[in-house]
Amino acid sequence: MITVPAGILAVAPVLIPLGGAALTVLARRRQPLQRGIMEVAVVAQLVASVLLLVTVASGGVAVVTLGGWGSPFGISFVADRLGALLCVTASVIAVAVALFARADIRRRRRKAGFDALFLAMLAAVNGAFLTGDIFNLYVWFELMLVCAVGLITLDRRRAQLDGAFRYTSMSMMGATFMLIGIGLLYGEAGTLDMAHLSQVMSGRPPSIALSASAFLLLSGFVLKAGLFPLFFWLPASYHTAPISVAAALAGLLTKVAFYACLRVFVLVFGVAGTMSPVNGMAPALAILAAGTMVVAVFAAIAQTDVRRLLAFHVMCQVAYLVLALALLSMLGIAAAVFYMVHTMLVQAGLFLGAGAIARANRGYDMRRAGGLMSDRPLFAGVFALLAFSISGIPPLSGFWSKFLVIDAAFRHGSTTGAVLAVIAIVVSFLTLYSMSKLWTQAFWKTPVRKGHAAKPIPATMVWSVAILAVSSLAIGLVPDALLSYSREAAVQLVPAAVAESLP
Amino acid sequence: MTVIYALLGAGLFGCGVFMLLSRNMVRMLLGLSLLTTSVNVMIFQTGRFRSQLPPIIPEGSEQLVNSADPVPQALILTAIVIGFALTVILMALALRVHGSHESVVTSEVRSAESLGDPILPEKTT
Repeated sequence: MITVPAGILAVAPVLIPLGGAALTVLARRRQPLQRGIMEVAVVAQLVASVLLLVTVASGGVAVVTLGGWGSPFGISFVADRLGALLCVTASVIAVAVALFARADIRRRRRKAGFDALFLAMLAAVNGAFLTGDIFNLYVWFELMLVCAVGLITLDRRRAQLDGAFRYTSMSMMGATFMLIGIGLLYGEAGTLDMAHLSQVMSGRPPSIALSASAFLLLSGFVLKAGLFPLFFWLPASYHTAPISVAAALAGLLTKVAFYACLRVFVLVFGVAGTMSPVNGMAPALAILAAGTMVVAVFAAIAQTDVRRLLAFHVMCQVAYLVLALALLSMLGIAAAVFYMVHTMLVQAGLFLGAGAIARANRGYDMRRAGGLMSDRPLFAGVFALLAFSISGIPPLSGFWSKFLVIDAAFRHGSTTGAVLAVIAIVVSFLTLYSMSKLWTQAFWKTPVRKGHAAKPIPATMVWSVAILAVSSLAIGLVPDALLSYSREAAVQLVPAAVAESLP
Repeated sequence: MTVIYALLGAGLFGCGVFMLLSRNMVRMLLGLSLLTTSVNVMIFQTGRFRSQLPPIIPEGSEQLVNSADPVPQALILTAIVIGFALTVILMALALRVHGSHESVVTSEVRSAESLGDPILPEKTT
């Protein structure tokens, strides 16, 4: 086997889609070629991410400092266990979406630039997972936003323009908060390299500037992750996008914001330890998580449009991640890593499934849908796996994820932990209710309009949903591998000085 | 000097937030660009006002001594470019919204919310 230097592998998941995006722009007059380049780039990205994961799992952290400058001065790319794992997950989603796009993204949408924007967004997502520089993280967030806006308005419909305006203006606000936070952090610590910041930060006395910086960064991430008080843009924009795009956004973007939370608060500010310069992060995170969960799940129950229903579930699932982080224990962080992989795969899968439902039933309204159980039994089975997984039914990945989070909350040993665990359990029952409502409406009910049998679903659509459903099932059947990997990722993420004081 | 800059940043930020609270998309857009400008002023201060020497290492020595901090200026340069690009995109979106809805007032532009809403009637696109 050819060995690739770890340094090249650490930037490959960014360079491959970025180069692919440039090539698809050059090939914009020849559509089959354009689509071919996109698909090759997506597969190559998956291969590179898997190689990176193998390297990182056996040989520790892969670091590249661009321009050959020393570590705190140059801008570095750091692929640790967490970053590599998330790159692989994002690449799997990208493959599924590219497959689905064969049936969903037609001539006009490709001409409007789907391939280039999709690849550039993937590059930005991977860049955010792999960068070691906090300002660079902000730049990747902005690149993600620009590509997402282009993708949402692919058809230039009225609703898409409206949704994209709401999304962009709110995200710019969030980016402003992040940028002030980063500026204050630089002014106080004098460095932007996250590993170096972590060293500078440990044992530093609490100060107003650092607290302000941490909470400004938190509000920026909360906005981008669609959490409780600042979520309004998410259900106002995700459902307007073409469904392949909505699946990519749901699977990737809000999770990148949570990843940034994890990286910045656990590594940089070391909030899990007693020596952290920032106080009060845990209760803030707990309130955000509990509030988001309750609001999102009730809003989801009220919906009749499949896309809107799933958009609220995106918020609800991110809240579980934040709940795991709010515990600030090693178990909680490991649970968050595990949960993140599960929720990325399942959310994207559900949105793709919604696209297939809409194709069969000629629309997204659940009230007008029906009869898919008898007409399309194979697709019904695949979708059932995803619906069970998000509700937390064994033996799927959702069960283990929820189990780990709730277990970590009870083991926290505090009243807050117990209250959060109870909320999480109640909300997962409500999630089950919401998903069973979708199931009975779209699959079990006899079709409302007589003589309108379900239209055929293209095989590529079923396959793309199946890829994600089967990976959820595989994680659920063999949870040990991912579980021990997430524990090691958590150990690697938490600074050594903080880890000693943790249970 | 620091106080003047801090007040300038705060003033711009306040104006930006005030404009952003408007329902008119064009005013929101101008407010957002004011916000990005105020952030740039704030980042500029994080380098402190200590020295005006250029950050160039003199021949024969290895370290930079007593120069201005170049990093915040590099950050601002990046932030200006990104802020400008996003403002332009937002402006293009506002223009298209005006073209398709014949209004730029957010209370009249509701097509995203009414799409698939369980209560609001869906308008034809």
